[in-house]
Amino acid sequence: MDSWFYSVFEFLFAGWLPEILHTPVWIVMLILAIVLPLLIAVAFSVYFDRKIWAAMQMRRGPNVVGPFGLLQSFADGLKLFLKETIVPSQANKGIFILAPMLTFILALIGWAVIPFDAKMVLSDINVGVLYIFAISSLGVYGIIMSGWASNSRYAFLGSLRSAAQMVSYEVSIGFVLVTVLVWVGSLNLTDVVEAQAGGIQNWFVLSHLPMFVIFLISALAETNRPPFDLPEAEAELVAGYQVEYSSMAFALFFLGEYANILLMCALMSILFLGGWYAPFPFLEFIPGWAWMFIKIAFFFFVFAWVKATVPRYRYDQLMRLGWKVFLPLSLAAVVIYSGIKVYLF
Amino acid sequence: MTGLIRSAKSLLLLEFLAGMWLTLKYFFRPKATLNYPYEKGPLSPRFRGEHALRRYPNGEERCIACKLCEAICPAQAITIEAEPREDGSRRTTRYDIDMTKCIYCGFCQEACPVDAIVEGPNFEFATETREELMYNKEKLLENGARWEREIAQNIAADAPYR
Amino acid sequence: MIEALAFYLFAGITVFSGFMVISSKNPVHSVLFLILAFFNSAGLFVLLGAEFLAMILVVVYVGAVAVLFLFVVMMLDINFTELRQGVLQYLPIGALIGIVLALELVFVVTSGAFDPASLGAAVQHATPAVNDVNNTDALGRLIYTDYIYVFQAAGLVLFVAMVGAIVLTHRRRAGVKRQDIGEQLARTAGDAIEVKSVESGKGI
Repeated sequence: MDSWFYSVFEFLFAGWLPEILHTPVWIVMLILAIVLPLLIAVAFSVYFDRKIWAAMQMRRGPNVVGPFGLLQSFADGLKLFLKETIVPSQANKGIFILAPMLTFILALIGWAVIPFDAKMVLSDINVGVLYIFAISSLGVYGIIMSGWASNSRYAFLGSLRSAAQMVSYEVSIGFVLVTVLVWVGSLNLTDVVEAQAGGIQNWFVLSHLPMFVIFLISALAETNRPPFDLPEAEAELVAGYQVEYSSMAFALFFLGEYANILLMCALMSILFLGGWYAPFPFLEFIPGWAWMFIKIAFFFFVFAWVKATVPRYRYDQLMRLGWKVFLPLSLAAVVIYSGIKVYLF
Repeated sequence: MTGLIRSAKSLLLLEFLAGMWLTLKYFFRPKATLNYPYEKGPLSPRFRGEHALRRYPNGEERCIACKLCEAICPAQAITIEAEPREDGSRRTTRYDIDMTKCIYCGFCQEACPVDAIVEGPNFEFATETREELMYNKEKLLENGARWEREIAQNIAADAPYR
Repeated sequence: MIEALAFYLFAGITVFSGFMVISSKNPVHSVLFLILAFFNSAGLFVLLGAEFLAMILVVVYVGAVAVLFLFVVMMLDINFTELRQGVLQYLPIGALIGIVLALELVFVVTSGAFDPASLGAAVQHATPAVNDVNNTDALGRLIYTDYIYVFQAAGLVLFVAMVGAIVLTHRRRAGVKRQDIGEQLARTAGDAIEVKSVESGKGI
């Protein structure tokens, strides 16, 4: 990563730490450098989500704790932290406790391969896209396990819906990824971004516009955001898989959910909006990580915007959309885009 | 042909985009809600809030213990006991309202011949325990002292319509 | 040193969770241990430098197949003590099959069929040195050149299986009202409502 960050490491540790511990400590520092800002960003994203949602309903949203209510999420976090963790007596205790941890950890480890700027990436692996795809497909386990372990009807129904929904939309996400990857010719996320260098006309959002829309909608389904929030539909399932959770266990679910949303926003910025590249050459004085941040924020706004606009899907409509609309469309798109790639370039 | 146009329209997500455009316009509209604890909405003079027992300007209690309010109370929230005082006037020794039973119908203030029991404009009297909502005579007289100005204004404002 | 540690960690957890899959009392726990085993096998793949296979293992088996397993197992109300009653009865035949499989594995591995030298010139030609291309690339070159027919045949088998499963389970029931959302959306007030001026005292 950045060389100034390495000099911080040298200043703090290089003098006294034994040589063999240098690499582990350096890696832990890098991980903290991603995770701490991420968690703060998650806290603020909850606040902005509520604010955007409120503004679109002509309400004010949280505005009491701190200036403009900015500290609302921290107050909520403190409240959750001070509450009692309740484990239902009929619950399967081990899995009940494990599920929120799993959700939270999986939401964090996906960020290991996200490039925030040229060379600013924790682990630049060959199969970054597949890694994120795998991590996001694992996210369903936290929900299934919590739903089953709670030993509650509502939670169980929520987890069943979630399982079916994730499996269905994973398919179209996979095919959309393929259409992008055949154009890039690499599974590495840095390569994907670099293939879009040179301004807005090279961004995949233009060449892959239909795929972009499918991916955006599937990402909403994958992160259980409205209109696809059936696993936690508060009107019918009162909160679905979260119904038996309280205190920090609930907080972990909440943080994990928003970290996942931000991860999907980051992935969309990388795949379709050219990652850290500026849209126009005269804007290149703004650093790359700032562009990445702006793009993630933009997608987060879109997520909140959709949440404020559309009502929840019915379960059969959700399945119909996934299997009868998105699957054929994205499958056809794979054929079309690889055909164009082979015969026109 | 119409089917074709229809499916093309739904594929282009035109209806969704129209909806999104609408919510985006509302995003920039002024807020319709009040900033409640700091701003408050207007209240009618007939608003029926927390109860109060009033006094005459010379400090004498208005309530003459006729028990009309106790009789008319549909929730049976009011309990009154009375004895003649040394000067021979009839006054209450006990005047309790169970605020957890009260349905804020306002029958008590309608029944009162001397405007003693009234429902004032205060609605922010939430408590932490249930016991605090069992109001006794002392609490009600204290409410009367605190809200007398507003209550008198409200009664005056409503008088032409009675 | 770290690689050896990681190997024994992954391998140990894989074997342990494999054992727990067949020995745990609760079927849901079995499936969860199966997932743990998959996950650690993916870790072993990463150690081998086959990160593409590792990710595909996680995506396909953990992310899709095991979810469906879990889905089914959670929905079924299996009484496992009842199922366990016949263990001794089936033990001999189960053990026999196990021994045969183990022997086959030993024969295949010791016969040298997986020796890179014996794989043939074509394969070696199609497999460039590890340092030149990453293994995703190498796998693609191999599958889509020398093994294209086998690959396509495997895909065809899966396709036939999928079509078969759908044909077997899909049935059209009579008397079911179906919803056509497009048609509902296309309905206008003009189609649905007719305004008639009714003369007084006559009715329609």
